[in-house]
Amino acid sequence: MSWDDSDNDKNKKDPWSGRKKEQQTPPDLDELVRSLQDKFGGLFGGGGSKGTASKKSPSGPSGANIGILIGLAALIWMASGIYIVDEGNRGVILRFGKYHETTLPGPHWRFPRPIDSAMIINVDQQRFIEIGYRSGANQQASSGVRKEALMLTEDENIIDVRLAVQYKVKSAQDYIFNVRAPEVTLKQSAESALRSVIGKNKMDFVLTEGRSEVVAKVEAKLQAMLDDYETGLIVSSVNLVEAQPPEEVQGAFSDAIRAREDEQRFINESQAYSNEIIPKARGAASRIVQEAQAYEERVKAEAAGDASRFDQLLVQYEVAPEVTRKRLYLETMEDVLGNSKKVIMDVKGGNNVMYLPIDKLMESSATKPAVTPNRFITPPEKSTPTNTGRDTSYRDSGRGR
Amino acid sequence: MKMNPMMLIIIVIALFIASGSFFTVDQREKVIVFRLGEIVRTDLEPGLHFKFPFINNVKKFDGRLQTLDSRPERFLTSEKKNVIVDTFVKWKISNVDNFYRAVGGDPRQVDTRLNQFVKEGMRAAFSKQTIKELISVGRDKIRLGLVEDMNLLGKGLGIDITDVRIKRIDLPDEVSASVYKRMESERERVARDFRSRGKEAAERIKADADKQGEIILATAYKESQELRGKGDAQAAQTYASAYNKNKEFFAFYRSLDAYRKSMGSGNDLIVLEPTSDFFKYFKKQ
Repeated sequence: MSWDDSDNDKNKKDPWSGRKKEQQTPPDLDELVRSLQDKFGGLFGGGGSKGTASKKSPSGPSGANIGILIGLAALIWMASGIYIVDEGNRGVILRFGKYHETTLPGPHWRFPRPIDSAMIINVDQQRFIEIGYRSGANQQASSGVRKEALMLTEDENIIDVRLAVQYKVKSAQDYIFNVRAPEVTLKQSAESALRSVIGKNKMDFVLTEGRSEVVAKVEAKLQAMLDDYETGLIVSSVNLVEAQPPEEVQGAFSDAIRAREDEQRFINESQAYSNEIIPKARGAASRIVQEAQAYEERVKAEAAGDASRFDQLLVQYEVAPEVTRKRLYLETMEDVLGNSKKVIMDVKGGNNVMYLPIDKLMESSATKPAVTPNRFITPPEKSTPTNTGRDTSYRDSGRGR
Repeated sequence: MKMNPMMLIIIVIALFIASGSFFTVDQREKVIVFRLGEIVRTDLEPGLHFKFPFINNVKKFDGRLQTLDSRPERFLTSEKKNVIVDTFVKWKISNVDNFYRAVGGDPRQVDTRLNQFVKEGMRAAFSKQTIKELISVGRDKIRLGLVEDMNLLGKGLGIDITDVRIKRIDLPDEVSASVYKRMESERERVARDFRSRGKEAAERIKADADKQGEIILATAYKESQELRGKGDAQAAQTYASAYNKNKEFFAFYRSLDAYRKSMGSGNDLIVLEPTSDFFKYFKKQ
C-alpha cells in the first residue's frame, strides 16, 4: 500500500518529472541488478570445479558453504534496505544520486546502500530562529547579537528589534536539493526583510501601533524571498519579540512615557481640585442664601412683634401717661442698677480725693457670679440696704442679637 | 579447489574495473567528465553513468544555491556620511564548463570575485544616495541594479546570480553615539512638551474651577443682600408706622430699652451721684 501511495505522491510532487526525462526506470534497474547477480553467481559457478549454484547441486561441501554464505550475505544486504519513516517525516529516496521518490510515514523498503540512499526530513516540526537575541543566553549577549538587533528606522533613529521566526519544511525535495544551507539562508533573508521593513517606517510607528503591520510585512517579504530561492521552507509565524529603543536612550524614552503619565496626572489632579471646589462653593452659596432668607424673615417678624408691643403699650400710656412713664423709668433703673456694681458718691461737698480700687472691683466680679456681690463703697456715714434686684424685666432677650 | 584462488583474483579485478567504470551523479551536483584532461561532457543528469576507467575522470561541484556572505564594508553616501553595509549574494553554478575554466571550480575564488564586484557596485550606488533614501527605498533599487550587472559578470564565471541583498545598513559607532544623543534630546523635548501641556491644562481647569466658585459665591452674596435688604426695608416700614404714632413716647421707651441692654449685664461699674432723679427719695425721705 505504502509503495503505491508514495508512487502517487511522487507523481504529484516530483518536481523533476516534468523537466527531465527519466533515463532509467526502476524495473530496468532491478533487472540490471538481478543480471549482475546472476553473472556473479555464474562466474562463481563456472569457476568452481564441482558445484555450480549452491541450490542446484550441493555436492561439494566447500562450494555449498560458500553458496550459503553468499546467499546469506545477499539476504542481509537486501534486508538493510528496510527503513522506517516516522510520523511527521518524509523519506526522500535517491537512486544512484538521482531523485527517485518521496515516501510517507510508515515502514518502507529501498534498494540497499550503493544503489539507493534515503534522507529522512521532518516536515511537521516547527523550527525557529532568533534574530537579535538568543533565548537561553544571558542578557549580556555578545556584541554580534546586539548588532543584529540594532537597526535604523526611516527617520534615522536606531531601535532595538528582536524577532523570532517559526518555520517548517514545506517540501522535503526542495529543502534537500536546492539550497546549500537553507537555515543560514533563512536567517539572512529574515534579517534583510526585517531591516528593509523597519527602514521604511518611522520609529514611533514601529514602537507603538505599527508592530503588527511590521510583522505582517516581514512575514510576506521573507516568504517571498524563501520561495524565490526555492528553499522548500514555509514561514509559519513571525513574532516581534521586542521592539524598543536601545539601552543607551532607554532612560530618556521611559522619561517621555512618564511625562505622558504626568500630563494625565496633572489634569486628573486639577479635575479633582475642581470637583472639590465647585460643590463646596455651591454649598457655601446655598448657606449664604438660606441665612439671608432667615435674616429677612427674622427681621420682619421681629419688627412686627416690636411694633405690636409698642402699639399696645402706647394705648395704655395714653390713658395714664404720668404714672406709666414713672413706672417704666423706675423699673428700668431698678434692673440696670440691680444687676451692676455701683459706686454712689456724694462728692458735691468738697474736693477730697478718693481712691477707688477699680481693678479689684472688676477682678472680684470676674471670679464670682455677678448677682451676689453688691459692694457699696459709700461715703462714711451712709449705708444702704442690699438691693436684690427684682426681676421686673418686661422684656426677655428678645432682641438678643 | 585448485582454481578457486585464481578465480577470486579475477573476480576482484573484474569488480575493481567495474567499480571504476560506473559513477553516480547526485541530484545536488554538477559534473564535468574529462577524457585525459579534456572536458567531454558537462550535461550529465543525476543517476548512474558509465566511464572508462583511467581514461575518463569526473569532477563534481555543488550545484545548489550558494551564499556569499561578505564582511561588512564601509561606504560613503552622497552626503559623505559613512555607513557600514553588510550584504549577501546568492548564486549557483549555471554553466559548469565556464565555472571550471574561469575559477578552476573553486567557490572561494568565486567569492573573491563577487566580493570585489559587489563592493564596487555598492560604492557607486551608495555615492548617489542619501542615508535616508538608502535605508528606506534604496535597498531594493540597488539590489535590482546589482543583480543585473552581476549577472553579466556571472556569465563569465559560469554562475547565475539569483539575488544580491543588503542585509544591514548600520552607522559607525561614533555616529551611533551622536544619534543616541539626538534621540535623547528629542525624547526630552517630547517629555517637556507633555509635562507642560499637562500643567497648562491643569492650570486652566483649576482657574476655571476657582472662577466658577467665585461666581457662585458672589451670586449667592448678591441674592443674600437682596433678601436682607428686603427684610430690613420691611422691618423699617413696620417700625416707622408704629413709632410714628407717638414720637415722644417712642424716644423714652426706646431709651429705657437701650439702658437696660447696655448696662444691665452685671459687669459694669457704675459711679453715681445720689442727686439724680432716681435718688430723689434716697437721701431725704
